[in-house]
Amino acid sequence: MRVAPFIISTVITSALIYGLNKQWGSIPPMGKFLHPQYGFWQNAEPASQSFDADLSFAELKGKAEVYFDDRLVPHVFAENDEDLYFIQGYLHAKFRLFQMDLQTKAAEGRASEIAGAKAINYDKEQRRLGMKFAAENAMKEIDKDPASKLLFDAYTKGVNAYIGSLKESSLPLEYKLLNFKPEKWTNLRTALLLKMMAKMLSSGTENDLAYTNAKSVFIPDQLKTLYPQVPDSLMPIVPKGTAFEKPGIVPVKPVVADSFYFDNNETVSAKEISKPDINNGSNNWVVAGSKTQSGVPILSNDPHLELSLPSIWYEMQLQTPTSNTYGVTLPGSPFIIIGFNDSIAWGVTNAQRDVKDYYNIKFKDDKTKAEYWFNGEWKKSELRIETIKVKGSKDVLDTVAYTVFGPVMFDKSFQDHISSNRNLAVRWTAHDPSNEGMTFYKLNRAKNYDDYEEAIKTFECPGQNFVFASKTGDIAIWQQGKFPARWDRQGLYVMPGEDSSFMWQGSIPQAENPHSKNPARGYLQSANQRPVDSTYPYFIPGSYITARGVTIDHYLSSMDGITPNDMMKLQNNYFNSLAEDVKSTLLQFIIEEDLTATEKKYLDTFKSWDLMASPDSKGQTIYQCWFDSLEAGIWMDDLSRTTPMAPWPTEQTTMELLKRDTASYFIDNITTPQKETLYDIVTAAFKKASAELTKAEAAGKLEWTKFKNPTIYHLLKDALPAFARKGLNVGGNGNIINAVTHSHGPSWRMVVQMSTPTEAYGVYPGGQSGNPGSKFYDDYIDNWVAGKYNKLWFMREGDRMDKNIKWTMKFKKSE
Amino acid sequence: MKFLVATILTAMLAFIAGLLSFSPWWGFAVTSLLVAILVHQKAGKAFLAGFLGLLLLWAGLVWWIDMKNNGVMSVKIANVLPLGGNSIYLILVTGIVGGLVAGMAAMSGSFLRSTKSSR
Repeated sequence: MRVAPFIISTVITSALIYGLNKQWGSIPPMGKFLHPQYGFWQNAEPASQSFDADLSFAELKGKAEVYFDDRLVPHVFAENDEDLYFIQGYLHAKFRLFQMDLQTKAAEGRASEIAGAKAINYDKEQRRLGMKFAAENAMKEIDKDPASKLLFDAYTKGVNAYIGSLKESSLPLEYKLLNFKPEKWTNLRTALLLKMMAKMLSSGTENDLAYTNAKSVFIPDQLKTLYPQVPDSLMPIVPKGTAFEKPGIVPVKPVVADSFYFDNNETVSAKEISKPDINNGSNNWVVAGSKTQSGVPILSNDPHLELSLPSIWYEMQLQTPTSNTYGVTLPGSPFIIIGFNDSIAWGVTNAQRDVKDYYNIKFKDDKTKAEYWFNGEWKKSELRIETIKVKGSKDVLDTVAYTVFGPVMFDKSFQDHISSNRNLAVRWTAHDPSNEGMTFYKLNRAKNYDDYEEAIKTFECPGQNFVFASKTGDIAIWQQGKFPARWDRQGLYVMPGEDSSFMWQGSIPQAENPHSKNPARGYLQSANQRPVDSTYPYFIPGSYITARGVTIDHYLSSMDGITPNDMMKLQNNYFNSLAEDVKSTLLQFIIEEDLTATEKKYLDTFKSWDLMASPDSKGQTIYQCWFDSLEAGIWMDDLSRTTPMAPWPTEQTTMELLKRDTASYFIDNITTPQKETLYDIVTAAFKKASAELTKAEAAGKLEWTKFKNPTIYHLLKDALPAFARKGLNVGGNGNIINAVTHSHGPSWRMVVQMSTPTEAYGVYPGGQSGNPGSKFYDDYIDNWVAGKYNKLWFMREGDRMDKNIKWTMKFKKSE
Repeated sequence: MKFLVATILTAMLAFIAGLLSFSPWWGFAVTSLLVAILVHQKAGKAFLAGFLGLLLLWAGLVWWIDMKNNGVMSVKIANVLPLGGNSIYLILVTGIVGGLVAGMAAMSGSFLRSTKSSR
């Protein structure tokens, strides 16, 4: 043996292996990662991959088959509910494990375990918002009902059965890239996923902190102009003219409201870091047989969410001898969330209601937060010590005080920049114990209107517009949720929390939630607008979006002999009704003599624009740039009077102000000595927009789709740009029916005609497999872009030998 | 002849090591070292046999995987790494990394069995 050379070469070999076994910053352990038999190459799924399998598990009760069609949609045929949801869990994990794991970890405030120190503040916010607290409360409710616990247990076991079968080599790609391992599933994680949806849809629908600042500088009349409750052009969900019952609860304004609440001009410097996207919304509508060619109802739904790869949705059919349901599911939760069965179809849009308020808390000692002043005495807070594990560095501890209102989200230790001594507790309906999952279990099995009504009754948060159609010809919609009964302007601003006088006095009785069944006009629609006109007897603030409802109503009211194809076209419609309303005002107030030749050219294009936000439209780009800079011109000076800035009025509000009051107080720029008129502001805005447009044109980006660059990112966003699909040739915008923005939009489009057999179409911008190395990762995107749909195959018992079946996965109880 | 045997043996054993669930990803380093002890050659040749054995095995395997996958995965990873989205580079890098580890391990094996006389 040659000792010295041996030692040297062995040391080099070991160092090489060590270096390749270690994660360097964001670079994964390269040895393992590149290894053909362990690493990412194992995730490169052969195009001819078979999904046939024979599987047996001790947890199963009987036998079951899963038939995959050529789009990799599983049609699950089980003998009982428990096996059904076990298999749903198994399939979710098999095709979407990373997304389930990541999303629930993020919901719980554990993103730092994966992303490192940059996610600490995000995690703190999640914990201080009480996300886990909310999920634990939901769990208690699930545990109270043994029948529902059984279903959640079965689902959890199914997920874990798949996780248990994983080898190093079969781990999803993202685990190899980020160098971590999947964690066991629990019912709590299912609850966390549903709370993540609750946050997405019911936490960003209030603006209390920013409104509080606005209130400190604007007088009540100005506040009404900036943030009106009922827009002029509203087309509510409940048809106008519907009479409402006398309110079952009349909340009483505290006598001290003026002095302690409305006239309190204290500002708030706290700000939410991860406030959900304001565009989280959706369209749904249903037309009765009287308006369709076939004489049966047609139901349509397209939920608008942040678009991602893998998609938030996973398509499935779930069948037992007593139920048969098709639709989209949320990986991480059992049941079908949007879909249809043999008797009914349903869809959801977001209610946009404000169900979250803040209360000012006075601690005896801001450091310990151990006691707070409430109803004339020092009350003990419940302290939760949160341990945030951080990848690559030390744990971070954070103490959160829980009060009678809820967790104290903001205090001296969060966020750091707060110099004022305001402690803000959050009261949010998502914290209340409820079992939203069971609504979907029952909807999956509903046979008629009564079953539907019974199913949705207990659904509390996030408030949703459940649209409905049945084979018996009924159409209906309910805005369902638990909504606080508020006195006028209660909870628009941070409220005093030193006693119970400003607490919610109750909820609006469920039966009084806005709803409509079989209206004479033969259609119902919801698109995140205010659900009712001003005659509804409750004060119902929210982040409503008006324009889409106006457009949908405009089309549906005039249509007849409707076919599923008409509904698909409508879901892909590009008409910009807001632009239609404001165009004449813009053209009236622009001073054309002041424009340069280039600017005139843009104006001419705008004048001849067909008001469609189609992909190749230049008019839409010009309009949007112009309107955006007009909004800045009108509001910026006024909103900047407070720090942080007061919230922006909606586009709708701006448009309506221009229609109503062209000499409004807000038109003038208060930062200049002279007084501007609408002529000045509109023209200056156009000139500013033209500068931007010139740049865009030089870059070849004047067409709307090039300008906004529609992109569907991988869940890890900027960390993995190569996994995204960019430059999709699709038009639309948040206020347009086809609500595609840069990376947000219709996450599932579905049209169901209640004929026999049911005729259903659907598409989502993604693919059934979460594996970026699979051809099923993004194979629906091109169809989605083109406005094309997949015909949904509602498989029957007798179809077990059908040629649509590409692969079969057999499940049975293991011996 | 000896060289060819060592190369083929290195590749074969490395492949088998990759199938064993208890083996860490670097199991092939151990087998490559063993091959070099068993089929003794001078250090340089041993390195080359180890290097080539793994280069051929890994590059061959992933070339096959990539072909069946129509390059769906390799293009994405070759953008992440960053290799400009070039699948061929990614296949080569994969082969070279395996080759270097195996080559170095084989060299150690050669030195382990070397005597002054066989120098």
